[in-house]
Amino acid sequence: MELIKPGLLFLAAVVAAIASGLAHDTQFAVHMALFAAIGLGLAIWTITSSDPTGRPKPAGLDDGIYMDGPIRYGVIATVFWGVVGFLVGVIIAAQLAFPDLNLEPVLNFSRLRPLHTSAVIFAFGGNALIATSFYIVQRTTAARLFGGGLAWFVFWGYQLFIVLAATGYLMGVTQSKEYAEPEWYIDIWLTIVWVCYLVVFLGTIVKRKEPHIYVANWFFLAFIVTIAMLHVVNNLAVPVSFLGSKSYPIFSGVQDALVQWWYGHNAVGFFLTAGFLGMMYYFIPKQVERPVYSYRLSIVHFWSLIFMYIWAGPHHLHYTALPDWAQTLGMVFSIMLWMPSWGGMINGLMTLSGAWDKLRTDPVLRMLVIAVAFYGMATFEGPMMSIKAVNSLSHYTDWTIGHVHSGALGWNGMITFGAIYYLTPRLWKTNGLYSLRLVNWHFWLATIGIVLYAAAMWVAGITQGLMWREYNAEGYLVYSFVETVAAMFPFYLIRTLGGLLYLTGGLLMAYNVWRTIRGENTQTVPVGTVQRGGLLAAAE
Amino acid sequence: MTDIGADKGFPRVPGSEPSRGEVDQPTGTATTGHEWDGIKELNTPMPRWWLWVFYATHVFALAYIILYPSIPLLRDSTTGLLGWHSRSEVAQEIDTAETARATLYAQIRDLPVEEIVRNDELRETAFRGGASAFKVNCVQCHGADASGSPGFANLQDDDWIWGGTLADIQTTITHGVRFAGDDDTRYSEMPAFGRDGILEPQQIRAVARHVLALSQSGEDNAEGAEIYAQNCASCHGERGEGSRDMGAPKLNDQIWLYSSALPDIERQITAPRHGAMPAWGQRLDPATIKQLTIYVHALGGGEASTQDDAATQ
Repeated sequence: MELIKPGLLFLAAVVAAIASGLAHDTQFAVHMALFAAIGLGLAIWTITSSDPTGRPKPAGLDDGIYMDGPIRYGVIATVFWGVVGFLVGVIIAAQLAFPDLNLEPVLNFSRLRPLHTSAVIFAFGGNALIATSFYIVQRTTAARLFGGGLAWFVFWGYQLFIVLAATGYLMGVTQSKEYAEPEWYIDIWLTIVWVCYLVVFLGTIVKRKEPHIYVANWFFLAFIVTIAMLHVVNNLAVPVSFLGSKSYPIFSGVQDALVQWWYGHNAVGFFLTAGFLGMMYYFIPKQVERPVYSYRLSIVHFWSLIFMYIWAGPHHLHYTALPDWAQTLGMVFSIMLWMPSWGGMINGLMTLSGAWDKLRTDPVLRMLVIAVAFYGMATFEGPMMSIKAVNSLSHYTDWTIGHVHSGALGWNGMITFGAIYYLTPRLWKTNGLYSLRLVNWHFWLATIGIVLYAAAMWVAGITQGLMWREYNAEGYLVYSFVETVAAMFPFYLIRTLGGLLYLTGGLLMAYNVWRTIRGENTQTVPVGTVQRGGLLAAAE
Repeated sequence: MTDIGADKGFPRVPGSEPSRGEVDQPTGTATTGHEWDGIKELNTPMPRWWLWVFYATHVFALAYIILYPSIPLLRDSTTGLLGWHSRSEVAQEIDTAETARATLYAQIRDLPVEEIVRNDELRETAFRGGASAFKVNCVQCHGADASGSPGFANLQDDDWIWGGTLADIQTTITHGVRFAGDDDTRYSEMPAFGRDGILEPQQIRAVARHVLALSQSGEDNAEGAEIYAQNCASCHGERGEGSRDMGAPKLNDQIWLYSSALPDIERQITAPRHGAMPAWGQRLDPATIKQLTIYVHALGGGEASTQDDAATQ
């Protein structure tokens, strides 16, 4: 009985080792060897850590009423992957400005770009979502996480997915689908992890001790279920061999493009919007200590958002081989999405009614609120860009990149930073954060970074769009493509600078979190009192 | 930061909910009576403006769906009241542009290049059309300003490997250089003197120095001159003046296709690289090729056609 678990792990390790030995390509061999090493390590660990004498185990991470161990690890993983993702972002931004920085082949733009997008969306954002959803679902259901150690498997299994995806990109493993680059065997692994995530989350909701399900949990559940569906359908593929990394999607041509952007847009809609709205609905009312603004608005905007988002994908394929009718529907559903998106913004911002003054003294709250402001901006810009006339100018230009980043850096990044600053002192039961002043620095570095980034990309994108479509009197194109690339140089520089500021803010956060976990506290004067010279002088 | 440590126990159990209708003091709004981990909800109605804009987007969507292709049917889709279709819109725009330039374009298509350049209006039109076609098709190798790069000829100077008259340029563009799919392509191949063992390495060094001396860029040497006369002069000319019939570049000027550095010249003699250019006649229509010819010819190095001059006299 004691040996079943290590036995199965050992068996899995042997299978992986055989697959590694018989692999058709080195990339697959490396990944299978990694599986084998982990399986073997776990088998040995299971045997050595089991205690036949039955002595009581020493107090562990998860002994509280709530299971907070995977959440603590998740907070650290979020900070770590965030810094990695921002750093790779700065590197590829610099590569676009200075192509000589492409180090062939491992560190060239085409391998680092998916590393950046996956690191920030799936590693940073995904860890933030898993950690906060586990935290929030326990507090708002008054129940411990369902499934015992399954939550730990979700955490570590997800980290393994990230490592497989990231090392795969650097070795050239990709199925060339944007935001779905990992190959078939990595996709299968993620599917297993994700289903376990759903089981833990849904199980906790089922055994809840509260009569109603809080709105944050509606959003988290919508996010987990929809991402499972999107991931499975978009990654349907036939491997060339079960001993090799390459596979081919079962869809082809315009059908494949449509499935890809149905997935791609709803990765934005459900991963980066619905999931993060779940975070917003918990951390803003908690931090500001005020009730949520409108229950009715939360119901209507939840259901309209969930229903509309899933149809908006075709706006990524305006003026392509996609039939006109599908383009029309993609556009009108995107426009109808404007108010459902803004419902979340209104509910977030108006929750501050009666406590707006806290913005002056609480940099953590300021971070959460500016996130909602950027969310509102990006969700206005999105429907606008989906209008065909606007899209004919903006499509394929850097405007799209700017739009994504005002959402990603402004909304997803800032709300995650706010959540991390909220969670760290509570999870490690310390007397507040190490330094609120560093949070304030982080806030301004990140905000200025985003403004530089977004403004540079607006100018770059509109310049590109106008240059591409410029005709002379005889109906001939005025600019060659390479001239439009050369015109981007100053904006690419500004973008790199903006990214650098954002990365610096991320490093400050990592430092602040580290010192907080160690239980240190600067005990400084509250931020809002700085302006009053007398108080500051008295404090010093 | 006041409620740190408030997580010490499950915050509440069912049954201890505040009664529905409790009024929130700062806003004067009733709460719904739900509470989770200390979070309550106000029973605020949806903002009117939000609701009206939400409805307005639906009205817009409905109108748009009626006006444009939108509902998929078994074989096709509804066409919309406007009868709009993205592909016919493009076709129409292209049509408009083509109609606008049809007269001049037809003349360019039908007249020989030598005739076109004699007519100011036609020449100007062809030049602008050529500039545009150049930006789409040629800049990738020859550069946006046509000044070339190592291995790709500079088209702004008067040094021509295959000839610089209108007719020469037209032929080169039409049939390309060393292009496998065209029987009339420009073709030349220099022997690999080093790789194939025709010359010894020190002989190659000597002849390379002689090649540099031909353009007054270095010390000459008798051994190199001797080797040059035996192996190179037949194509490149006794004094390095080149041969357009052979496609052998001129060596006695300061213009270099690859590089004027001695090691690069040695490398080229040892194992020559041979550039290629597509036969654009297979990809572009004759009028565009004529426009490109006139554009490239006018960049600065175009040569007068003696044949053409004779014909007009």
